[in-house]
Amino acid sequence: MHQTRPSVTLRKIREWCIERVIFLCGITSIVIVVLIFLFLLKEGLAVFRHVGLLQFLLGKSWYPISDPPQFGVLPLVIGSVLVTLGAAAISVPLGVASALYIAEIAPRRIKEILKAGIELLAAIPSVVIGFIGMVTLGPVIKSVFHLSTGLTALTGSITLAFMAMPTIVSIAEDAITAVPRQYREAAAAMGATQWQTTWRIVAYAARPGMLAAVMLGLGRVIGETMAVMMVTGNAALIPHSILQPVRTLTATIAAEMGETVQGGDHYAALFAIGIVLFVITFAINGIADLYLHRTTRG
Amino acid sequence: MPTHITVKGLSLYYRDNCVLKNLTLDIERNEIFTIIGPANSGKSSFLQTLNRLNDLHAGFRKTGSVTLDGDDIDGIEVETLRARVGIVFALPFPLPMSIFDNITYGPRMHGERQKKVLADLVEQSLREAYLWDEVKDRLHQPAMQLSGGQQQRLCIARVLAGQPEVILFDEPTSGLDPISTARVEETMLILRDRYTIVLVTNNVAQAARVGSRTAFFLMGELVEVGETKNVFTRPTDSRTDEYVTGKFG
Amino acid sequence: MNVRTQQRIAISVLFTCTVLVVLPVLLILAIITYKGAPALSWEFLSAMPEGGMNAGGIFPAILGTLYLVGGAILVAVPLGVLSAIYLVEYSKDNAVSRLIKLAIVNLAGVPSVVYGLFGLGIFVIFFGFGVSILSGSLTLGIMILPVIITASREALESVPRSFRMVSFSLGASRWQTIRYAVLPHALPGILTGTILGLGRASGETAPILFTVAAFYLPTLPESVFDQTMALPYHLYVISTQVPGIHEEIRYGTALVLLLLVLILNLAAIILRYQFRKKKRW
Repeated sequence: MHQTRPSVTLRKIREWCIERVIFLCGITSIVIVVLIFLFLLKEGLAVFRHVGLLQFLLGKSWYPISDPPQFGVLPLVIGSVLVTLGAAAISVPLGVASALYIAEIAPRRIKEILKAGIELLAAIPSVVIGFIGMVTLGPVIKSVFHLSTGLTALTGSITLAFMAMPTIVSIAEDAITAVPRQYREAAAAMGATQWQTTWRIVAYAARPGMLAAVMLGLGRVIGETMAVMMVTGNAALIPHSILQPVRTLTATIAAEMGETVQGGDHYAALFAIGIVLFVITFAINGIADLYLHRTTRG
Repeated sequence: MPTHITVKGLSLYYRDNCVLKNLTLDIERNEIFTIIGPANSGKSSFLQTLNRLNDLHAGFRKTGSVTLDGDDIDGIEVETLRARVGIVFALPFPLPMSIFDNITYGPRMHGERQKKVLADLVEQSLREAYLWDEVKDRLHQPAMQLSGGQQQRLCIARVLAGQPEVILFDEPTSGLDPISTARVEETMLILRDRYTIVLVTNNVAQAARVGSRTAFFLMGELVEVGETKNVFTRPTDSRTDEYVTGKFG
Repeated sequence: MNVRTQQRIAISVLFTCTVLVVLPVLLILAIITYKGAPALSWEFLSAMPEGGMNAGGIFPAILGTLYLVGGAILVAVPLGVLSAIYLVEYSKDNAVSRLIKLAIVNLAGVPSVVYGLFGLGIFVIFFGFGVSILSGSLTLGIMILPVIITASREALESVPRSFRMVSFSLGASRWQTIRYAVLPHALPGILTGTILGLGRASGETAPILFTVAAFYLPTLPESVFDQTMALPYHLYVISTQVPGIHEEIRYGTALVLLLLVLILNLAAIILRYQFRKKKRW
C-alpha cells in the first residue's frame, strides 16, 4: 500500500485544503465579534453628527421623534440599571442559596429534580416569561401597591431575577462542586458542622466562581429584551421610584426600530445604543471569564 | 545481517527537558532488538520517535538523525512512515468498531477499497497473530468484546495488516496475565522471520527470553548494548549488572 | 443558640430559597397548560389566522418558526462543528486559540437584540437580502453558534486520546483520524448540542424582529427572500400590540411555543442519557 506513491501528493493537497477550511471556520467567532462591532459603528456613529458623545450619554431627554429630536439615553440607562439592580437584589441571594443547597445539602434524587427544574427555567423562551409576567405578576403588583399600572421597574426586576437564576445557580453550583473534597474533610475532621463547613469553607473557597456566576447572570439581565419590554411599562422617563414604569436600553431598540427611517438619526441612535450594550456586555463577560478561570486553576 | 535502522547522535526534548541524550546505535534487519531500563529512562520516547508519533506532542523536539533503509525518517511522508513502522502499545487499544474494521483501518486509510483484498488481509493478519481460529466466526462483532490478551493480539494483527517492515512493541505485555504474555512472546519470535522488531520492556526476563540484542537505557543515556546473552551474563557496565540482577529498577 | 439549631435554621433558609426559585417554574408551566390547553385543536395548529388574528389558527407562525430554525441550523452546525474541530484537534495553545475562546465567550453574552441590529445592518441592508427568511435564519444561526461550538468541543474532548494515537500510529492523516476515529464518537454529543441550539433559536424573538418577522401575512412564504410570521413574535404581537385578543388564543399560542421548546430540550436530555448509558469506553 505504501508503495502507491502517486496518492501521497494527492493526500497532501487534500489535507492542506481541509486544514485551511477548518482554520477559517475556527476563526469565524473572532470575525463575527469584529463584524458585529464594525456594523454597530457603521450604522450608529452617524448620530454623533448631531449629538455630542456626552450629550448622548448624559442627556436627560429621549424624544426621538419630536422636532428637533432629542437623543439623551440617560433615562434608558437609569431604567436598565434600576431593573438590573432590582433583579440582582432578588436573584443573587436566592441564586447563591439555591446553588449551595443543591450542591452541598440536597440528597441525590432531590438534587437531580431541582437541577432539571432549573434547566427547564432556562429553556422557557423570554417572550413566554414576559407574557406570564404581564398577565399574572403585573396585576398583583398593581393591587398590592395600589398603582395605576402594574407594569413597573419592580415587575421587570422580579421577572428578570428569575431569568438570571439558571445562569447564576448552574455556574455557582459548578464553582461549589469544584472545591476540593479535602477542604470539606479537613473541616469535618476539626468538628465543624455541615453548615459551618458549607458556609465558612466551601462558600468561601468558591467565591471567584460565584462572583463570575453573578456577573454572567447580570449580563443576561442587562441584555434581556422581550420580557423586559413586555413588563416594565415602556416609559422613557427618568423614574423616581422602582414602582414607576421605565424603559431599558434593549427595549428601546426593540420597540422603536420598526418606526425608524433607515439611515436616519433615530435609526443611528438606536444602533448607538447597541454599541453601548455591546461594550457593557463585552466587559462583563470578559471579567467574568477571568474569574471563572481563576477558580478552575484552583 | 544488514542494518535496517540507523540512529546517530539522537537527543530528545520535551520543552526544555532532555529525555534522551546523544544516542547512537544500529538496529539490524529481522532481529528482536530489546530495550530495557527503569521508568523515565527515555526508552518509550525513543520508540515513539522511530515512527514520529512523538511529533504529536506539543513541545517535542529532536536533534540528530534516524534513517530507515538509508532514508532519513523526516524525509519520508509521515503517514507512509507510520505504515512502514507499526507500533503495539502497552495497553490494547481496539477502536470501538468491529474486529474486521479494526484490522482494515490502516489499509483503508491508505486507499485500499476492494472487499476481496481487505478480507484476505484480515485472514492473513489474524493467522499471523494467532487469533484467526478464535475470532473467525465473529469478525463483524465489536472488538471491545474480546478478552485482554485477544485484544492485544488483535492490535498486533492490525499492525501486520499495514504490511510494515518494522514493528515497535511498547511494553506490550504489561497489562496481560502470564498465559497471554507467553502467547504474545511466541508471536514475536515467529514474526522475527519476516519483520524487524524493536521491543521496549521493563520486564528483564522477557528481554532475556526473546531478545536478539539488548540495550540498557538509564536516565536518558545508553549504558550498554550487545548480544542479549552477553548483556545478561557478562555485562561490561556495573550498572547493567545491578539492573538485570534486580538490585534496582 | 447552639450550632445544631443554627444549622437547622440555615438549612431551612437555603431550602426555602431553592423552593422560591423552582416553584415559579412549575407555576408558569401549570398556568400556561391549564389556560392554553382548551385552545389546542388540530384547527388551531393547521389553519390560517382569521378575524384580525382573533380566530382561526397559528399555522403560518408555526411554519415560519420551523423555517427559521431549520435555516439557523444549516448555518450554525457546519460552522460550529468545524470551529470546534479547529479548537480541539488542530490549534495549539497560542494567542489565536485564546482569542477564539474569548470571542466565543463574548458571543454567548451579546444581547439578543444586538444580534438583531447586526442582522439588520449586515444581512438586510449590506448584503441586500432584505427583511427575509434568509436574513432571519443567518442572524439566528450566528446567535446559536456559541451553543453549538461549546457542545461540540465538549463532545470532541470526551473522545479518548488513545483513539487518536491508534489512528495516527496506523498511518492515518490528521483529517482521516478526525473523520474516522473521533467524529463518529463525538456525534451524539454534537447532536445534543444541536437540539439545544434548536430550542434556543425557536424561542428567540429579538433577533428576528428587524430581520424577518412579519406582524401578519395572509399567505405563506414562498421563497427564502419572503418575510414570515414566527411563533415567538406572534405571541408578542397578540399579547401587547393587538388589543382585545381572546385570552384563550394568547395562552394557546404560548403553550404551543412552550411545548415546541420543551420537547426539543427533552429530546436532548433523553439523547444525552441514552448516549451515556451506551458508552463503551
